[in-house]
Amino acid sequence: MELVIIAAAIMLGLGALGAAVGMGLLGGKLIEATARQPELGPMLQGKMFLLAGLIDAVPIIGVGIAMYLIFVVAPGVGA
Amino acid sequence: MAGENPASTTEYIQHHLQNLVYGNHPEHGWGFAHSAQEAADMGFWAIHVDSMLWSIGLGSLFCLMFLRAAKKAHTGVPTGWLNCVEMIVEFIDGAVKDSFHGRNKMVAPLALTIFVWIFLMNLMDLLPVDLIPSLLALTGVEYQKIVPSTDPNVTLGMALAVFIMMIYYSFKIKGGGFVKELTMHPFNHWAFIPVNLFMETVGLLAKPFSLGLRLFGNMYAGEMIFILIATMFAAGAGAGFISGGLHAELFGEQTSALFWLVIFALVCTVCGLNLKGKISTGKTVLLSMAFMAIGGGLFALGGGLMQWGWAVFHILVITLQAFIFMVLTVVYLSMAHEDH
Repeated sequence: MELVIIAAAIMLGLGALGAAVGMGLLGGKLIEATARQPELGPMLQGKMFLLAGLIDAVPIIGVGIAMYLIFVVAPGVGA
Repeated sequence: MAGENPASTTEYIQHHLQNLVYGNHPEHGWGFAHSAQEAADMGFWAIHVDSMLWSIGLGSLFCLMFLRAAKKAHTGVPTGWLNCVEMIVEFIDGAVKDSFHGRNKMVAPLALTIFVWIFLMNLMDLLPVDLIPSLLALTGVEYQKIVPSTDPNVTLGMALAVFIMMIYYSFKIKGGGFVKELTMHPFNHWAFIPVNLFMETVGLLAKPFSLGLRLFGNMYAGEMIFILIATMFAAGAGAGFISGGLHAELFGEQTSALFWLVIFALVCTVCGLNLKGKISTGKTVLLSMAFMAIGGGLFALGGGLMQWGWAVFHILVITLQAFIFMVLTVVYLSMAHEDH
């Protein structure tokens, strides 16, 4: 059962890692593009939020599954 | 804590993740399921009554509220609710104009319905997790999940409706072109038809699946975190006045939903007074913290602050997910309308 905790940890960690890289690229490019053409700012920001939501979905689903694993599938392991 | 004192955190969480199911049990006949096992025994033809009622109720609420605004609409400067509705409609109109290039009268109203409906359903997540389930537990309803979008049946059902519309408009606009798109697309040669068909079908089916699962996953994870923070209230009900809470002193192990309601009402009153400008923000924070500390102890105070913090973050998530579902629906329908 201890493996469940490890699985949850990998799930949370790698999910966060990927999302962080994605968010970083996204935000960086947004600022770059807005600096080049400030008048496109609002339009780009809308698209950025859409993509941020898409990126956000994967790790947050991972968090949900990880929480389920930790607290429902394997409660009290190592506690 | 819905009616009874859950023996452990796990039971509490599982209780909160269980829908109110109505179906035909092989032994007990038609009726509500009294445990997760009974709900599972009812098989496929069982209805999640809470998801159905809440989602249909919120859908009717949306229709009624917008109908009222539409009837009152005039060319002057809008105020109040009418102003709010006009803002939403303009926002959706802009978003649809950006990403939909076909000719279809139905897409913009569809987008408006999807956005507001999903937003309302997600908004139920911001109500305190125990409030409505424990109130209903007083009237004898055992299980209640008030956020319909944490039920995969609801989100995947909506995605299925979008999928059916995609197929319908693809055939209507493109006719045989749709079949050609499915069979001749990546490799334009008759020998590759099976390969093309497989790849395009997978791509086509992945769209509604990811659409529904994304919304479900986000709301489920959010709800899960609310529930986990709420378990801190249970953890705090131990010994002592401030550390364990007035509640534990008064009722011991027995849980009384009314007590939590009184505390909740007190905190709400303080916040309301602050909104009206009767008392300062500093006093509001201190008073609510004092009520929560007396009511539930220090653990509950921490839990309350964390609930609040997560709720504030969650406002972004629920709006964003409603928006994404809407935009992707429009984009998919736009793809169905592209005639080559």
